[in-house]
Amino acid sequence: MEEKFINLLKEILEIEDRELDLKDEFRHYPEWDSLGYLELIAMLDEEFEVSIENDDFGKLITLEDLINEVKNRMDNN
Amino acid sequence: MAYLEYKNVGISGLAAAVPGNIIDNYKYTTYFDTESVKEVVDKIGIKERRFADKDTCASDLCFAAADKLLTDMNIDRTEIDLLVFVSQTPDYKMPATSIILQHRLNLSKSAIAFDVNMGCSGFIYGLSTVYSYMQQHGFRKALLLDGETRSKVYSPKDRNTAFLFGDAGVAALIEKDEKYEESIFSLNSDGSRGNLIMIHAGGYRNPSSIETLKEKVIDEHGNIRSDEQAYMNGPDVFNFLIREVPKDVKNTLEYAETDKESIDYFVFHQANDYINSYLAKKLKLDKDKIPMSIEKFGNTSSVSIPLTIATELQDKLDEKRKVLLCGFGVGLSWATAILNFKNCHISELVEI
Repeated sequence: MEEKFINLLKEILEIEDRELDLKDEFRHYPEWDSLGYLELIAMLDEEFEVSIENDDFGKLITLEDLINEVKNRMDNN
Repeated sequence: MAYLEYKNVGISGLAAAVPGNIIDNYKYTTYFDTESVKEVVDKIGIKERRFADKDTCASDLCFAAADKLLTDMNIDRTEIDLLVFVSQTPDYKMPATSIILQHRLNLSKSAIAFDVNMGCSGFIYGLSTVYSYMQQHGFRKALLLDGETRSKVYSPKDRNTAFLFGDAGVAALIEKDEKYEESIFSLNSDGSRGNLIMIHAGGYRNPSSIETLKEKVIDEHGNIRSDEQAYMNGPDVFNFLIREVPKDVKNTLEYAETDKESIDYFVFHQANDYINSYLAKKLKLDKDKIPMSIEKFGNTSSVSIPLTIATELQDKLDEKRKVLLCGFGVGLSWATAILNFKNCHISELVEI
């Protein structure tokens, strides 16, 4: 799941020149913007059938936080 | 879950009016640089919008549309028993704009007139209200007017909303006829998400003051608006609607004992191209069945559904057509309707 998530994230943000690290603060990626955020919401819905509302999403800092949150929500589905 | 069902009432004519002033979204660069504007505009698919001037209200757009419609269809105005005006940008806080329009349109004093204060789902709410009144024996004809000047509501300095909204007004004539057969409506509400799209001040909860009129920097990106300009939490609205809207469309189709293959056209609220494309993909709909006007007019709130019918389905509603309408947004409120069109008159677009 982790690999799939990272590959999809790279795809939607159009990151091609480097690998991502779990400790990355994803909001600091130069490719991250409000449209990327919409793409991420669509990807979570389409590929993982989860949604994370803004208040909860705001608490997620690293790529690892994000992946763990998605895993938790998938388990609770 | 409750559905509304009506028989033998339908839209016999439709006219739309837009301001003549065209905004080229790629050149809407007073507050943002050209490159970032292009990126946003490409994504949302809104190339042009229409902005009303300071003297033009939603009611003026609706008046122009209604006058054109009644003239084109040669309608005796004394036969109009009901006028409903859907808008969140009325002329005044009081009286209701519908009553001003009753007089301007020269309708009878015995006509019923009232406003419906709803946003992006509003046309479907208004239509269901009019259909309901039309079940009464004495009713001959009704006018549903739906107008918005959303360009006046949002801050041009807030990147979240600056490129989305435009102005328009429509008039729909509603009559009884067996050719319309059955219509089904599903209407939904979630007030717990009321703060996702909101004008915080200027009503009676937070009255207008010097403070509420002040422009403020609202986030770390330097976006600016006052408390009397509208706020929209786009991501959470998107989160919500991609879950609820497809569900409502599917449930309504099921209740109507029909399927998406039997629907000739799906007319969605024109929010932005990204959202609409995602909904179409998720519902696995044929793109040819989804008329879109977002590129030319942007998001005109409740007007976007009838405006899309008036501009994209002209000449396509002569034969009997089954059409699904779906609106979603401020409230939050969302609605789906399945209706039949036949010999529907659609006037040429009015520009004022």
